[in-house]
Amino acid sequence: MKVMQERVSMGLNGNAAAAHAMRQINPHVVAAYPITPQTDCVERFAEFVSEGLVDTEFVTVESEHSALSACIGAAASGGRVMTATSSQGLALMWEMLYIAASMRLPIVMMVVNRALSGNINIHCDHSDTMGARDAGWIQLFSENAQEVYDNMIQAVRIAEDMRVRLPVMVTQDGFIISHAVERVELLGDEEVKTFVGPYKALYSLLDLQHPVTYGPLDLFDYYFEHKRSQIEAIDNCLPVIEEVGKEFGKLSGRFYGLLEEYRLADAEYAVVVLGSTCGTAKEAVDRLRDRGKKVGLLKIRCFRPFPKEQIIRALAPLKGVAVLDRSVTFGGFGGPVFTEIRSALYDVSPRPLIIDFYYGLGGRDIYVEDIEKAFARIEDVVRVGWVDKHIDYLGLRE
Amino acid sequence: MPTLKELAKRPERLTPGHRLCAGCGAPIAVRLILAAADKPVVAANATGCLEVSTTIFPYTAWNIPWIHSAFENAAATIAGVESMYRAKRRRGEIDEEIYFVAFGGDGGTYDIGLQALSGALERGHRFLYVCYNNEAYMNTGIQRSSATPLGAWTTTSPVGRVLPGKTQWRKNLTEIVAAHGIPYVAQSVASNWRDLVNKAEKAFHTDGPSFINVLASCNRGWRHEPSETLKVMQLAVECCIWPLYEVENGVYRLTYKPKEKKPVEEWLRVQGRFRHLLAPENRHLVEAFQRYVDEEWEKLLKRCGEA
Ligand SMILES: Cc1ncc(C[n+]2csc(CCOP(=O)(O)OP(=O)(O)O)c2C)c(N)n1
Ligand code: SF4
Ligand SMILES: [Mg+2]
Repeated sequence: MKVMQERVSMGLNGNAAAAHAMRQINPHVVAAYPITPQTDCVERFAEFVSEGLVDTEFVTVESEHSALSACIGAAASGGRVMTATSSQGLALMWEMLYIAASMRLPIVMMVVNRALSGNINIHCDHSDTMGARDAGWIQLFSENAQEVYDNMIQAVRIAEDMRVRLPVMVTQDGFIISHAVERVELLGDEEVKTFVGPYKALYSLLDLQHPVTYGPLDLFDYYFEHKRSQIEAIDNCLPVIEEVGKEFGKLSGRFYGLLEEYRLADAEYAVVVLGSTCGTAKEAVDRLRDRGKKVGLLKIRCFRPFPKEQIIRALAPLKGVAVLDRSVTFGGFGGPVFTEIRSALYDVSPRPLIIDFYYGLGGRDIYVEDIEKAFARIEDVVRVGWVDKHIDYLGLRE
Repeated sequence: MPTLKELAKRPERLTPGHRLCAGCGAPIAVRLILAAADKPVVAANATGCLEVSTTIFPYTAWNIPWIHSAFENAAATIAGVESMYRAKRRRGEIDEEIYFVAFGGDGGTYDIGLQALSGALERGHRFLYVCYNNEAYMNTGIQRSSATPLGAWTTTSPVGRVLPGKTQWRKNLTEIVAAHGIPYVAQSVASNWRDLVNKAEKAFHTDGPSFINVLASCNRGWRHEPSETLKVMQLAVECCIWPLYEVENGVYRLTYKPKEKKPVEEWLRVQGRFRHLLAPENRHLVEAFQRYVDEEWEKLLKRCGEA
């Protein structure tokens, strides 16, 4: 018999935090394939299966392509489905990412952010999930292991909401979060079960009375309209993500929005960051504030859908913004976060000056001093009154 | 095993109105296989002729729950469906008995989907995988696959001054699948309804993975009249190019033995894709073809305890 666990505070790394969330969610099907630094999560979940702590059908597929394919088949069969991957694994899933989203299947996937080959590298950057940013998935970034756990649970509710029905990626920075043990507060098993609720099936392949056809040939006469409705579907998710974040806050005491503003209210300069570097940036902000600088941080939790209105509201009053991108767009005009932020602010008048920094590729460390440098630079740019160099690097040996 | 009359009364699971070519072997195979299922069926389909021609939005020819997602993953997809079924059974959320089947072309099975198939077989899902084998990538306009026979013309093994069509022999997928040690593996043909229905019935009743490799002509690619489909497929069997057999729990059995083994040339002669082989300078290729067939046939007879 399973013993229901009450609320506890445990020392867990990000992978374990995700695995515990998966245990408490107790999905019908998990199909996953190991890859550093995500392996630890899959192994722990396998233990939960082996110990009989979940009722999940755990499909130990032979590749990530098959992992997501099996998830698609399972999710189309009317039950809760989860997976986890990283880097090359996500790249191998690429074809299926679009299909999962187009079929409106509420799959939840934990992604440990890791650099893409080549050369092969196992450490953190965001090139894997940023490469998947246009696939139609909701993307939630996490700052620490607690947020990984909290995001996983909220992701189920968001994905399965009848106004959403889309897959969700919950990300965490490779090693920095996935392998660092932190104090994590777990909700009680029963609380999680109640919060996520029973699965509501839509168009199930196992509903024999209502046979459905998934994935037909969709030509020039309908495909475009289908894409249009998919565009609306993901855009409409923002209020649901906020709603779920509030409800989760009432339950846990930890409230979530689309963004987190840190000492931004009266700031003149801000950095925009995703993931674990937000912690480093908060330290930099505190130090500079102690020196009388009016600086703040905008942390983006929800990158897809892109919360444009909220970002404009947060950044419009500033004099200067430094965006930190942990992935590159080769041959593009700055990193993916920069290009979207800059585009969102185009209609604002007066408009803050904006610069981009590439940082942390392949797991290169980022220090508080680096972020202080970014602030110093944007301050200089504002003093001069124009941007002479849109894109620069932090922590790179020239 | 049902009679033809009984089969005709079974519900049509792939309905008329689809847009597969007249004389296509694929729907013959699919309808016979689905008619053999005495319980509800859920199907997955790999990208290919069968898939694109049966589900042109907003229409579908499928009267059963059906899913297509991509080309190389029909086995992984049906594995996911079957896993959800198991999970729901375990939780008491569903109690009907359901069969699961995946259909893939030779391209989607011998080539790009081989890994997903192997994985699903090894994991032991309860499902039937059907390869409807028309010996090339037909949906994309007749390109060679690893199921294409030696010497066949395709658009990626064209007949030119230097090359006489495909220069490799086909690979033996049925044996590769049998090597997985799954409970039921068979080779059949869309022209022999009794053989195919019998095997499909056995496969559906198998508690574990099962596999049927069905030869199903494509008259566009093989270059014969649509009205000749059954005849051309049956000739492949009579020439021992496509033997009908099964491997049940490791035991081989020939399910049809031609009264008199016909020379392969009879089969080559009725298809435009082999026309060039009949030229005197390509005689050695016909002989090589015959040798391959003879060797494989002998090996099979031994395995089946017939030699
Ligand atoms: C990943 C991927 N590569 C290539 C294709 C293009 N493609 C679609 S169907 C097909 C060939 C299908 O051949 P087969 O499986 O033998 O089925 P048939 O059309 O002959 O029935 C190809 C190459 C694709 N859809 N997806
Ligand atoms: S091209 Fe060949 S395989 Fe495709 S529908 Fe026509 S006859 Fe059938
Ligand atoms: Mg084919």
